[in-house]
Amino acid sequence: MDKVMTTPEPTGERIKKYLREGKRFDGRSLLDFRKITIEKNISKKSEGSVKVKIGKTEMVVGVKLDVSAPYADSPNKGNLMVTAEMLPLSSQRFEAGPPKFDAIELGRVTDRGIRESKFINLEKLCIKEGEKVWTVFVDIYSINDDGNLMDAATIGAVAALKIAKMPKYDEESGKVVYGELSENNIPLTESFPIAVSVHKIGESLIVDPTRQEEDLSECRVTLTNNKGEISSLQKSESKELDVEEMKNIFEISEEASKKILKKIEDNLK
Amino acid sequence: MERKVVIPGEVIVEGEDYLPGENTEKRDGKVVSLRYGLAEEQNNLVKVIALSGVYAPRRGNVVVGKIENITQNGWIVDIGCAESAFLSINEVPRYVNKDAMEEVFKIDDMVIAKIWSIGKRGIDLSIKSRGLGKISEGIIFKINPNTVPRVIGKEGSMIKIIKEGTGCNIDIAQNGFVVIEGENIGIEIFAKKVVDFITEKPFISGLTEKVTKFIEENKK
Repeated sequence: MDKVMTTPEPTGERIKKYLREGKRFDGRSLLDFRKITIEKNISKKSEGSVKVKIGKTEMVVGVKLDVSAPYADSPNKGNLMVTAEMLPLSSQRFEAGPPKFDAIELGRVTDRGIRESKFINLEKLCIKEGEKVWTVFVDIYSINDDGNLMDAATIGAVAALKIAKMPKYDEESGKVVYGELSENNIPLTESFPIAVSVHKIGESLIVDPTRQEEDLSECRVTLTNNKGEISSLQKSESKELDVEEMKNIFEISEEASKKILKKIEDNLK
Repeated sequence: MERKVVIPGEVIVEGEDYLPGENTEKRDGKVVSLRYGLAEEQNNLVKVIALSGVYAPRRGNVVVGKIENITQNGWIVDIGCAESAFLSINEVPRYVNKDAMEEVFKIDDMVIAKIWSIGKRGIDLSIKSRGLGKISEGIIFKINPNTVPRVIGKEGSMIKIIKEGTGCNIDIAQNGFVVIEGENIGIEIFAKKVVDFITEKPFISGLTEKVTKFIEENKK
C-alpha cells in the first residue's frame, strides 16, 4: 500500500472535530446520502446493466445469464454468481491483478445480501431439475472511487437485476441464443435488498462517507435491509461497538434504506 | 489565433511561419500538439498549456509531500511524482538527534518543502526557508497539478482574491497540494469550495470576475 495518499492527519483532525459538531465537509448531515443517479442499459452485450453514481463514486454493474448444471445441493435452483472488481482506473489505491481482500469482501457482501434476502426467485430459474438451470452472473466494476463502494455495489446489482431481460433459450439444441432478448424479466420476488454501511469515526456514526472520511473510519457495519428485515450483516475493521451503538446502527440503516429504496424506484421509472 | 482545446497529435497550425513551443512539435511543416491542453500562439510561437498529466518536478518548486520512510541521514518524501524525494537532515534548520528522528518528522507527516536540486541520484528537498516545514494545522487536499497556475493567477492575483475574500491563509504547492488554514472550519471549507470552483473550469475566460462573483454570492 505504499505510494498512496491517504487523508493527512491535520485534515483528519478537522473532519473529526467537524463531525462532533454534527457537520460534514460537503454540507451534508451525518445521516444523509449523496445524490444517487442510475443510468440504465449502458452495455449492449449484457442482459441488463446500469451505471450507479453516488456523488463522485461511480460503478458499473452488468447482468449476464447462461445455462449450466445446478449445484448438487440445490438441483432445482438456479445459480447466482456475484463478482466484484476494483479497477485501477478508479483509484490510485487499486492495482491490477487478482482481487485483493477489499474486492473479495465487496463481492461477497453484495452476494450475501442478494442471496439471503431471496431477491431472485432461484426456483423459477430451473429448466430441468438436476440437469439444466440458469446461472445469473452479476459483475461489478468500480469506475471511480470516492468512498462507499459497498453500498453502490448493492444498489447497482439490484437495479441491474430489476431491468434485466432473459435471453432466448433454444430448447432443441439446449443453447442460449445470445443477442435476442425475450420479454421476460428475471423472476424476482417481492423483496428488495438495500445495503447501508454505517461507519464509526470517533464517537460519530455516519453513512455514505467520502474517500477522505472512509480513511478515518474505525469500524464499518454493512447491513442489508430488506424492507425492514435484516438479511445480512458484515462488520469490518477492528474498533469495538457497544450495545447502544449497535442499536443506533440498526435504526440508521433502516431509515436510510427506506430513502434509498425510494431513490432507486424514482431512477428506474 | 484563438485559444482552443487540443489533443495529442492534433495539428494546431500549418505553415513555415510558426515555431513549435512548449508541448508541441514540428512535423512536415505542421505544428502538432504533444499534450492535451490549451493551444495558443504569440509572435508566431505556438505552445500548449497542458490540462492533464502528472506533476513534473522542477528545481525551485515548492511542494507538499508525505513522509514515507526514515533513513540514516534523512527522510524519504512522497511528492506525488514517479520518484520519491529525499530530505536530508543537513537541510533541516535545527538540531536533529539521529537517534530520535521521528521527533522531527514521523511517517505520514505532511511537510512543505522546496526542491533544491534534481540530479541523477534523485530529487533533494530543503526546508531552509521561511514558511517551509511540517504542516500541523489545516485542510490539505490535492488538485490537478496542471491547474495550479490558474489558481495562483498572474503574479498571484487569483490567490490574493481568495485570501482576501475568505480570510484564510492558503499555500499552493506546485505538485497540486493546497493547504488552507483559517480561524474556523467553516471558512476553511468555503475557501476549499472556491479553489474547487476554479479547478473545475480552468480554461474559461474571465475567470477572475467569475471567482469574485462566486465569493460574493456564497459568502455568508
